[in-house]
Amino acid sequence: MSVLRPLDKLPGLNTATILLVGTEDALLQQLADAMLKEDCTSELKVHLAKSLPLPSNVNRPRIDLIVFVVNLHSKHSLRNVEESLHHVDATFFLGKVSFLATGAGRESHCSIHRNTVVKLARTYRSPLLFCDLEIGDFRATMAQRLVRMLQICAGHVPSVSALNLLSLLQSSENPSLEDL
Amino acid sequence: MRREPAGDVGRAKEMDETVSEFFRRTILKIPMTEMMTILKTWNFLSENQLQTINFRQRKDSLVQDLVLLCEENRASLKDAALLDIIYTQFHRHQKVWDVFQMSKGPGEDIDLFDMEQFKSSFKKILKRALKNVTVSFRDAEENAVWIRIAWGTQYRKPNQYKPSYVVYYSQTPYAFTSSSQLKSNLPLLGQALTIASKHHQIVKMDLRSRYLDSLKAIVFKQYNQTFETHNSTTPLQERSLGLDINMDSRIIHENKIEKERVQRVTQEIFGDYPQPRLEFAQYKLETKFKSDLNGGILAEREEPLRCLVKFSSPHLLEALKSLAPAGIADAPLSPLLTCIPNKGMNYFKIRDK
Repeated sequence: MSVLRPLDKLPGLNTATILLVGTEDALLQQLADAMLKEDCTSELKVHLAKSLPLPSNVNRPRIDLIVFVVNLHSKHSLRNVEESLHHVDATFFLGKVSFLATGAGRESHCSIHRNTVVKLARTYRSPLLFCDLEIGDFRATMAQRLVRMLQICAGHVPSVSALNLLSLLQSSENPSLEDL
Repeated sequence: MRREPAGDVGRAKEMDETVSEFFRRTILKIPMTEMMTILKTWNFLSENQLQTINFRQRKDSLVQDLVLLCEENRASLKDAALLDIIYTQFHRHQKVWDVFQMSKGPGEDIDLFDMEQFKSSFKKILKRALKNVTVSFRDAEENAVWIRIAWGTQYRKPNQYKPSYVVYYSQTPYAFTSSSQLKSNLPLLGQALTIASKHHQIVKMDLRSRYLDSLKAIVFKQYNQTFETHNSTTPLQERSLGLDINMDSRIIHENKIEKERVQRVTQEIFGDYPQPRLEFAQYKLETKFKSDLNGGILAEREEPLRCLVKFSSPHLLEALKSLAPAGIADAPLSPLLTCIPNKGMNYFKIRDK
């Protein structure tokens, strides 16, 4: 019942809130720490959730960007994300949702094929990022990107909106048949 | 090769070549860092004698000197076997241990256990059956005895390099044996153990591991003791399994309640104490195919389907314990996984009911 909607709350002053959804708490925690280390003119808030729906009785700020984290080593994490997606309103997918796949570096441990997450991201018309969150340097770089994306989605970057960003990020290399 | 000290030709020949070689190979196995400790535990060579040896030389020359010293002191096969037991006690996880449980017949009286009688009876049974067998004993704490058996046949001398070890806790019906390569001797070993300890029956448990002390903890149910009581007053969040609760107020955990539930369930199942150490859990599945659809090729199959699932880890139970808190599995875990220490099994056969 409780579905996340992008515009059902007023924004906080100079505040940008990101919601990280994924089963492996330790990874999300590390990513959150890395993001908060970044120098940023906006006030950042990071919410970590194992799955959606979120508990309803809590007072939380407007969420500007949702990142669904899938660990390619774990089918459990993919299933969790797939089920959580049902609790997000369609209007969120206009640039305010992104997918993050981790674990691609260790090919032998992967039980989910790369194409599965590619298809998932394409179904939801949202960008897909790859990053091995366990590696400090990659994680720091990804944190930088996410902070920048978050600022745009929160409207803190003049003349760039979430929708602009989305169309810029859409991959033009392999256009699917429906897109043509 | 053996170096004969000049002028001592007569005495040096007293030790058998094979025994000398056995000494050499056994001492060679001992790591340099443990050499002194093990030799002192063995207590065959005195302090004074050990002081005559240069322990800083290269290992092969050191071993040669030690073997010579043993020869001069007329060390026998018995002494060598004892040294081998001590080495194995220090390196018990180099062997894989099986667990056997014995039982007395119904209505049999519980006799007072006599260690000396057990030892002589055990030795007698093996010698009667095989003629060529070396049996050595070393007492240990908790009324336990370590038994080393080198197997031979009616016509062949015992092979000292493939011995079996048995650790028998005399006040219990349990014995742990090192999985020997000579599997054919297992029934005889079981028989000797059963009769000598005045039991009626012996059964092999589905429990196997390198970590003898963990097997002991599981079988004697000693693993679930929390020693400190003052820790139990700290709130659950602070005792969480290694996942820091971040003090940064800009990070909010949405599913705190669920996290606490998972911690609670994990703690209820696994407890606060360190888990006994196992490396495997193996599940053999043998069931007939069941299908909702009528017909189909597999449904008509008479033979059951077979499947083997094996979990391995340097520390299986700790790994299972951390699965749910790490978000890799849902809590509670399958009872097939969590029942391992309780049931004292890590090899399971799952059949149709």
